[in-house]
Order: sequence, then structure tokens, then C-alpha cells
Amino acid sequence: MTSQTRSESPDGAEHKKLSFKSVRRTLMYALMILIVFWTVFPIVFTLVSSVKPDRVIFEDLRSIKAFLPTQFTLENYEQVFQRVPFGQFLFNSVFVSTSTVIFSIFVNSLVAFALARLRWRGRSLVLTIIIALLIIPFEATAVPLLVVVNALPWLEINVSSGFQVQLTQSWLNTLHVQIIPFIADSFSIFLFYQAFLDIPKEFDESAMVDGASPLRIYWSIVLPLIRPTIATVAILQFLVRWNDYLWPVIAVPGERARPLTVGIASFYTQTPQWGQILAYAAMITIPVLIVFLLFQKWFIRSVASSGIKG
Amino acid sequence: MALAKRTLPNFRRTESLYAWLMSSPALLALLLFVILPFLIAIGLSFTDQRLIAPEPGQFVGFRNYDRLLSLTVLTLDPLVDENTGAVLRDANGNIEYPRSRSILRTEERYAGFFDWFGFDIFEKRYVIAAKDPTFMQSLVNNIVFALIVVPVQSSIALGLALLVNQRIRGANTFRTIYFSPVVTSTAVLAVVWIFLYNPDIGLINQALSSLSFGLIQPINWLGDPRTALIAIIIMAVWQGAGFQMVIFLAGLQTIASELYEAASIDGANAFQRFRYVTLPGLRNTTIFVLITTTIFAFRLFTQVDVMTQGGPVNNATSTVVFHVVQEGFRAKRLGYGATASVVFFAIVLGIALVQRYLLRSSGDTN
Repeated sequence: MTSQTRSESPDGAEHKKLSFKSVRRTLMYALMILIVFWTVFPIVFTLVSSVKPDRVIFEDLRSIKAFLPTQFTLENYEQVFQRVPFGQFLFNSVFVSTSTVIFSIFVNSLVAFALARLRWRGRSLVLTIIIALLIIPFEATAVPLLVVVNALPWLEINVSSGFQVQLTQSWLNTLHVQIIPFIADSFSIFLFYQAFLDIPKEFDESAMVDGASPLRIYWSIVLPLIRPTIATVAILQFLVRWNDYLWPVIAVPGERARPLTVGIASFYTQTPQWGQILAYAAMITIPVLIVFLLFQKWFIRSVASSGIKG
Repeated sequence: MALAKRTLPNFRRTESLYAWLMSSPALLALLLFVILPFLIAIGLSFTDQRLIAPEPGQFVGFRNYDRLLSLTVLTLDPLVDENTGAVLRDANGNIEYPRSRSILRTEERYAGFFDWFGFDIFEKRYVIAAKDPTFMQSLVNNIVFALIVVPVQSSIALGLALLVNQRIRGANTFRTIYFSPVVTSTAVLAVVWIFLYNPDIGLINQALSSLSFGLIQPINWLGDPRTALIAIIIMAVWQGAGFQMVIFLAGLQTIASELYEAASIDGANAFQRFRYVTLPGLRNTTIFVLITTTIFAFRLFTQVDVMTQGGPVNNATSTVVFHVVQEGFRAKRLGYGATASVVFFAIVLGIALVQRYLLRSSGDTN
């Protein structure tokens, strides 16, 4: 009798503990799924509504149907392409973001390499200045930067009239005004600098003894070792450029070089048709979400490392 | 030996040459696009330069700073009946005061001041007047935004990080989903949220109404100066929490699991483990998150420009950066906009110095 109860009671405790654990786990999942709804509802609503006629969007708003594709039409999308040069805006955004990222990787890693791996007079002064620049937020220099880029000359090469080279003044309303000022970035330099410091000195010292130039060491020995940092800089720079709104609002008032972000803000003021606005929003959001889902580990790692090191 | 002596300085010289060569593209660009605009901002802040003007502006000393930052308090006594000496009251029984606007206009020492806001205490009216009430209101809006967003968003982010840091199936998927608003463009989301906030048909009011069985009346979120800033705050927290979640997550993963095991062996419960292991382990991460969120709060611009244009009325959602753009760019008062830029930089610098101080004191104790 006693032995039986003895053998039973730990079993019962185990069982109780288990059921407590599973209840806890179920509640946890319920909470996490609730947060999922809260997180994705604006995005799901946008995607789903963009394929409905306006009338259906408004009817569905009163119930859960707002999140269900009750009808499917691409008319909103067609209308967007008819009303605004969406393709041009998309090209502008993609071109600006990718070219800034590509130039940024080389320009910033070059200076970081010089700071981390070479011995030269002025090294510590330059490093101090770059760290001091980290604190200047773009918003503090945006308006005076307008004065600078407005005064800068540019060589325009006219392809259609036999490669005529023309000297123009002011960078306003161009693609390069959205690229060149953002290539050099003190935060990217700082991230590269930290990554280069982590590589053992023996790597380049032995190469130097073999007669390799610093440029060669940079290119074929050190740069391949910091691929994760290259990805971090690329992702962070891309996100900031792709989402930038303040700078194009003031530096690109015209339509020719306008990016998508300013495009949607002005499209919203031009039309009362929400189906089209949401189709516009969906077309900006979908490509970024796809890229994010494909490389989500890299995205999250980038943001995490920006926190630890910044 | 002789060979080494001869080649070493030579090598140093080429190393130095290479260093300058490799640095020059970035250094030139930083000089031209960051340092020069920054110096121009300081220089212009002492002038009345216009944005597109052929002639250079005049040197005006500290006049721009005076206009931006001047504040004064008017104390008004109630109006008194000349014959009886009794305090005058209007039809609703409220005490009547002299009009602050006419005092500000007529008295010499209040030249340039405008009504900002006022309040009555103990039969006295206090009127706060500023030379630029819009800037003062913008500054207050940024501070209110920061005071709400920083604690709320950071706590939500920490909660999310703790949830997805558990060793459970699907944790990575949840993490990815929670992070997804961060990669979505703020300008796009701002437009979408305008629709969600629509007083008549917007999803938020529909949901509030059906969840409360019709008790909650439709709220004119962006059209009412009392709720417009809150509406922007809700959207900002919704979008931004995933960012800090990832930073907290990175911090959580640096805490050694032995510490948790030791705490469990000592009989600590889940809350005690959180209080005495997790929180101290996250000290520097938390300081970083709080400071960056504060700086972020002061950089608020896109949502305001897209959703409310600083309104709906009385600059209810104007911010410092919005004021910079309004003055320096849209109103073409470049000198004055530059002054607001410099003050904005000083605020951010101040916050960053607090961070430095906090992180340094942690270094001393460890």
C-alpha cells in the first residue's frame, strides 16, 4: 500500500507539472500569434485590399473580410501605371539604393583599411574626426547640404546628340544628388574599421614581406575575410536609402528623378481612390518583403551588430 | 642589415602614400557633404540669408537664436470693476482677464513675442509667450513623443525579445514576422495608416467599435489636435519595436546560460531570474536602446510630413525637424532654418553625451 502511493505520487506530480507546462506553452503561443496579427494587419490589409475595387474595400471594412481576398482584380494596379510613371519611380529608387550601396562598400572599406591596418601620420586624427562625425544626424545638415549640392557643377553627357559633353550647374532634381552625398558614411567606416581590427596582423605582415602592396592586401586578403560586415553595411545602407524621404522631398522636387517614397506621398494627395493608393503601397512593399524573407538572417544580424558596435 | 635600414623608411613612405590614397575618396566626400554643410549651418545661423537669393544675407548676430529660443511669462490680474472693485466675470461665471495679445503688441519689452499658451491658477492668469511659439510647440511635441515612445517601445521590444528568445518551435519565424515592419518604408506605412485612422471607415475605429460593442465612439485620430500626436506615436511604436527587439535579442544571447542555471539551483523563480540575471546582463544594451530611441524620437519627420503636415491645427504634431524643413526649405528662410538645425544638433549631442556618461560609469564598476 505504502509503496504503491509512494510510487504513484511522483508520477502525479510529474503529470501535473507537464500539464502546467503545456498550458503555459499554449498561452505563450496564443500571445505570440496575437502579436503576429497586430504586427502584420496593416500590411496584410494593404496587400488584400489592393486587388479589390474601392466599393468592395469599403464594404469589407466592417468585418473580418477586410483581411480576406473576397475579390480579385488588377485594375488598381493598371490605374497606377496609367496615372503616374510608376516604372520610372521604381527605377529611380532601385538605381539610387543599389549604386549607393556598391560605391559605399568600396569607399568606406578603403578608408577603414587604411585606418586599421596601415601606419601613417594623421591616422589618429582622421579616426577621431570620423568618430566625431557619427554624432551628426543627417537632419542637422540636410538644409545646408542643399546649398552645397546646388552650387556643384556636373558634366552631362548627352548620348542622343553624339556624346556632347555639357557643363551644368546644380545637382538638384537628379539621381546623383541622391547617391554621391551618401556614399561616404562614418558609421559604415566604423563598422569596417572594427571588422579589420579583428583580423590578426600576421595575415598582412607575411604578405607584405612577400612584397604585396597595401592595395593588394586589401583586395585579395583582408576584404574577403569581412564578408559578414560587407553584408551588414550593404543591408543597413540599402534600407536607409530605399526608405529615405526627407532628402528627396527637398532636393528632388521634380518628377524625373523622384523615388517611390516621395511618389506615394504625392500620389496620396492626388487621388481619393484608396484601392489605387494601396496598390501603389503594395508594389513598394512586396519586393522589399521578398528580399527580406530571402535574407532575413542577414537582415537581423545586421541590425543586431549595429546595436552592439554602434 | 644595411638593406633593411635603407628600405624600411622607404616602405613607410609608400605605406603612408597608400593610406592617404585609400582614404581620400571617403575623406573628400565627408568633408564636402557632412563637415562643410555643418559649418555652413553654423555660419548661416548668424545671417538672414534666404534660400534662393542672388545677394548674400546680412550678418545679424544672435538674432535668430534669440527669436528661436526666447520665452517669457506674463502674469495677468483679473479685470476689476472700476466702481465696485469686484472681479469681473463673463456670462459663464469665468473670471475675465485683459487680453494678452494686446499687451504683447503694445508693451515695448514684449516686442516680437506671441501667445503660446496660458493657464489660470488662483485668480491669476499666466501666459507663456515665445518669439517662435511653433518651435516651442515642436520641441514639446518631440519631448512628449520621446517620453511615451521610449519607455513603451523599449518595454515592448524587450518583451518580444524574451518571447522569441525561448527555445521553442517557430521562434525564428515569429522573430522574422515581428521584425518585418522595420524593413517596410515609413512613408508607405504612413499613407496606409492614414487609411487605418480614417474616422468613418478606418479599420482602427471599426475594430474599437465592434470590440466595445459600439461603446467607443469614432475617434477623429489625425483630425483632432488632442489625438493626432498619439496616433503618430502608436504607429511609430508599431513600426519600430521590431528594431529594438533584435538589439535586445543580441544582448540576451551574450548572457551566459550558467548564470541562469546557478540562479535556478539557488531557487530563483522566473521573475527573480529576470530581475537579477537578465536585467543586469542587459544594462549596456538597455542604455543603448534607450538613447538611440530618444535620438530617433527627436529625428521624427516622415510620419508628420505625410500624415498631418504638422497639424491638424495649432502645430499639434509639428516637430523640430519638421520646423527646420518648414522654415529653411519651404519658407526659404535659410538662415533661420539653419539656426533650428544647429539647436537640433545641440539636443542630439546632449543626449549622446548622456549615453557616454552612463556607459563610462558602468565601465568603472565592472
